[in-house]
Amino acid sequence: MPAPRAERLLELADDELVLGWHESEWTGIAPTLEEDVAFSSIAQNEIGHARAAYELAAADLGTDADALAFDRRPEEYRCAPLVELRLLDWAHTIARRWLYETADEVRVTALKDDPDAEVAGLAAKIDREEAYHRMHAEMWHERLRDEPRFREAVEELWPYAVALLPEKLRPELATRTGLELPSNSLLQGKGRGEHVAELAEMWDEMTMVRRSAPAGAQW
Amino acid sequence: MIWEVFRCERKGQPFEHAGSVVAPDGEFAEAWAREQYGRRGESVALWLVPRDAIRPVTDWADEFDLKYRRVDGYSIKARLKEARERAGAAG
Amino acid sequence: MAAVEVPRDEQAFLEYVQAGGQVEATDWMPEDYRAKLVKFIEMHGNSELMGVLPEREWILRAPTLQRKLALTAKVQDEVGHSQLIYRVVEDLGKPREQCLADLISGKSKFHNVFHYPTRTWGDVGVIAWLVDAAAIISQKALLKCSYAPYARIMKKICWEESFHILHGRDVVLAMVTGTPAQFELVQEALNRWWGPLMQFHGNPIARDEDPMWIWRIKSQGNEEARQQFLEGYVPQIRELGLEVPDPKLRRRDDGVWEYAEPDWDELKHVVTGHGPKTEERLAFRKRFLDQEKWVRDAVLAA
Repeated sequence: MPAPRAERLLELADDELVLGWHESEWTGIAPTLEEDVAFSSIAQNEIGHARAAYELAAADLGTDADALAFDRRPEEYRCAPLVELRLLDWAHTIARRWLYETADEVRVTALKDDPDAEVAGLAAKIDREEAYHRMHAEMWHERLRDEPRFREAVEELWPYAVALLPEKLRPELATRTGLELPSNSLLQGKGRGEHVAELAEMWDEMTMVRRSAPAGAQW
Repeated sequence: MIWEVFRCERKGQPFEHAGSVVAPDGEFAEAWAREQYGRRGESVALWLVPRDAIRPVTDWADEFDLKYRRVDGYSIKARLKEARERAGAAG
Repeated sequence: MAAVEVPRDEQAFLEYVQAGGQVEATDWMPEDYRAKLVKFIEMHGNSELMGVLPEREWILRAPTLQRKLALTAKVQDEVGHSQLIYRVVEDLGKPREQCLADLISGKSKFHNVFHYPTRTWGDVGVIAWLVDAAAIISQKALLKCSYAPYARIMKKICWEESFHILHGRDVVLAMVTGTPAQFELVQEALNRWWGPLMQFHGNPIARDEDPMWIWRIKSQGNEEARQQFLEGYVPQIRELGLEVPDPKLRRRDDGVWEYAEPDWDELKHVVTGHGPKTEERLAFRKRFLDQEKWVRDAVLAA
């Protein structure tokens, strides 16, 4: 029997929320002003995808999107460590962007065939919006592929990207990136639900204003 | 490179110069112009042109009185008044 | 019909712009006009870029998804504005790298309000609503700037700023109709921001002594802008039950607002690089500019 759709939705939503949160931190400090604007749009899109997925899940779980996004404990998030890493240098940031976008394409393509029509529909919408993200990621990848900083960052983050996907989707990711699948031992601690320390730190900052008022306060 | 951005606000409208982005090639120019000039839905289309590809034209000679080519070269008020008066007298 | 020719003589140029004449990047212009233009426009670009920093932190702390998106979009707009503005400066002959270097070194300036700390979510509402309102008043006046490339970008800038004010006011409204503690956050933020807001439009120099007006770079005097701000926004502030922290503030029968004299020394002190957050924010900018120089080198080479 397939898992309740809320589970699939929360995995997607938590990935996009946490990644979007980290990427929104570049607003104002990206390498060029033009890139700053473009990158911020991508971060906003990710959060928008998260919101849409949370809304669907919230309907099933009898809550609302904001409560799912902010009011769970860090341990309850269903995101993968790739998105939880706090990367404040451009090489790592753009390497992650490229790796995540490629992995996300594999994941979303699979979700387009989801037995649940609403999930499939949401995946189709996300897929269409991410055409821009893919173009952007490819553009940077092309430009920086020979830059040692970028290559090293990709190497470092590659196991995290692999671990983000269920096993059956990993070969497709390897094909698309042209990278070899790492041995399972290198994927330890990087799998979905295995959180890294940065997640709790991020959650603290992300929820500090919200927690300063009683639950249900309006903002 | 400087890329000039022309935007079309709604289908059927002319492309108007909107600004410019600094980008190394057309791909980056597109990625960046899309968001700078379209993220709030303000454009349905863009033309991106390297500044060097634009040929500016800014001066014309106007030595002789060529009023017949312009609207202000025609002053019909006085004659129209006269024609109307004549037609009124005849009718 | 011959194209309008910008006169190549300082006095004639002055009369030309004062009569409403427009100037393009490729036209002749007096050295003083060019220099004042670059300085003014550059300061605007610097301000948009520095204005990002006080607000950025709150993107990460936004208490709902909608607020997070709206605030990110607002800050993104500010970055976008700095791009539009620096492009104008670049076309006047000053490279962007130089503008950024001068900003970091303190050689060029940015508006007072962006030298102050933000402390709570209350600041987020007050800044988006009132600081942006003060800015939009100046920006609307710039729509008539004699320098056409700058006037043209102001249209997009003003359009986008209008979203910010809506967002800011919405944030404030949610809090003033929320818990007493939330109301207090707004009042407390207002108490801290009022001084800088009153200084924002600058000393009340007479229009005819202001080179910006003389060259028709600005189409409005400083005091005119401040009066417009008070006239538009004091009633809006008071109708929410908030108190403006100036006991001397009152509107005369002739429509002129009287107020406690702003601290012009503070303004000068702050704008010359001694604000509470100036050093920290410039250092932060420098850190990322330096860190990512390699990216610009890799990417901007055609």
